[in-house]
Amino acid sequence: MYSEKVMDHFSNPRNMGEIENADGVGTVGNAKCGDIMRIYLKVENDIVQDVKFKTFGCGAAVATSSMATELVMGKTIQEALHVTNAAVMEALDGLPKAKVHCSLLAEEALHAALWDYAQKNDMIIEGLEPPKADVHDGEEEEEF
Amino acid sequence: MANIYFDYAATTPTHPDVLAKMLPYFTELYGNPSSIYKFAQGNKTVLDVAREQVATAIGADEKEILFTSGGTEADNWAILGVAESYKNKGNHIITSSIEHHAVLHTCEYLEKNGFEVTYLPVDSDGVVSIDALKNAIKDNTILITIMYANNEIGTIQPIKEIGIIAKEAGVLFHTDAVQAVGHVPIDVIDNHIDLLSISAHKLYGPKGPGALYIKKGVKLKAFIHGGGQERKRRGGTENVPGIVGFGAAIERATKFMETESARQLILRDYLIEQVLEKVPFAQLNGHPTNRLPNNANISFDFIEGESMLIMLDMQGFCASSGSACTSGSLDPSHVLLAIGLKHESAHGSLRLTLGESNTKEQIDQFVEALIKIVARLREMSPLYEDYKKNNEV
Repeated sequence: MYSEKVMDHFSNPRNMGEIENADGVGTVGNAKCGDIMRIYLKVENDIVQDVKFKTFGCGAAVATSSMATELVMGKTIQEALHVTNAAVMEALDGLPKAKVHCSLLAEEALHAALWDYAQKNDMIIEGLEPPKADVHDGEEEEEF
Repeated sequence: MANIYFDYAATTPTHPDVLAKMLPYFTELYGNPSSIYKFAQGNKTVLDVAREQVATAIGADEKEILFTSGGTEADNWAILGVAESYKNKGNHIITSSIEHHAVLHTCEYLEKNGFEVTYLPVDSDGVVSIDALKNAIKDNTILITIMYANNEIGTIQPIKEIGIIAKEAGVLFHTDAVQAVGHVPIDVIDNHIDLLSISAHKLYGPKGPGALYIKKGVKLKAFIHGGGQERKRRGGTENVPGIVGFGAAIERATKFMETESARQLILRDYLIEQVLEKVPFAQLNGHPTNRLPNNANISFDFIEGESMLIMLDMQGFCASSGSACTSGSLDPSHVLLAIGLKHESAHGSLRLTLGESNTKEQIDQFVEALIKIVARLREMSPLYEDYKKNNEV
């Protein structure tokens, strides 16, 4: 069902944990739908110095969080903002169709953490939208 | 690494003795039972033997057993068949909110086609409300379809009570007994059952065959139109090897049921007790005692089921879950929601169904692995982090 990369990131997640006194924290998803992601950022001189995650969710949710943190580590804020769900999926060698929403969740969690960082520092990150209340809004179940 | 299989409700292996009885009917005795020559006529006889074996297992007459392509077809036939054949009497069907999708989706299909369906609620143990059933029966009710035992949480329904109520109301009673046959004793006469679905692969028979018990006097039209097989009610050349295996398997399962179910019940209770004792924030789903002897369903707070299953799989354990991620939709199991579980608890459920190969040692190995897996996933869970912060654990 999952690629080897997904299984690797699920079994050995990178950057799992918390950052105390993080510069930005974003939590998205909801328990109702079975996935919640939280991303912590440490930012210095516009660079993501450290990033960690915690995820309640399926194998794909854990793997996409892990990959998303790996892709933004050491990047500038603008570079981090442009780590899309497509990039996360590609880096994981793809996801099953039913799990694409997990990669969206990773992108949203990252954006929510960046938004929190911007709010705390009273700054505007160009191109960053405020986080949605629920990432599953507007998502429709497939009819079989 | 050898697998340790705790998913017998999903399917069972075909028992080697059963397979041995099936094999000649693939390559040597391949005649079509409808053919006239002697070579094929023997295959008509073996179908009758299997029909007798299935009938005996549930206290029915062999004429009342019609072979199908499994439990799903039997459920579809029972419900759609009654709807079609009794529509002049009424258009109301009563079922429960925790049925298998083979029943639920068939009822939903009928709802879109002019029928009215009542979905009875269940209590927190998963038992159908008898009062709600009595209140739901109307003049136009033609069918009550309630499962014998639930496939997810194992709860056994008060079948005899339901049968009596149906009989007194003059309403037909169908039960999906796919999870129960071969595991608990069943008597269609004593329980006033009119229609009952069975599947071979849940009782150490092959995947493919199933049967619908249709009580004498219940008029059900043909479901699959074709040749004159199954007394003109289910067309199509019979699955002879499969049906031979089905008969052998159900006879075997019935023979060993008393001892094997007693053995599995002890293992089940040991498993439940060990998990609840050694894993914090865990709870049993389904009725504590009145449940299938091989079913344990446990929810773990703060973690999600699919992750648990993958980690268990990496260590060779096969199990299942009611999480959304294993159902292919965003919603977790309708059964777990119906018994009142919160969404997050339903997502974090684990179903373990035992079978003939399982031992106490396997359960000990499993519990040891599970303790670590649950702890690991909680360490990764933002829900657990929040819980700890809020409760200063």
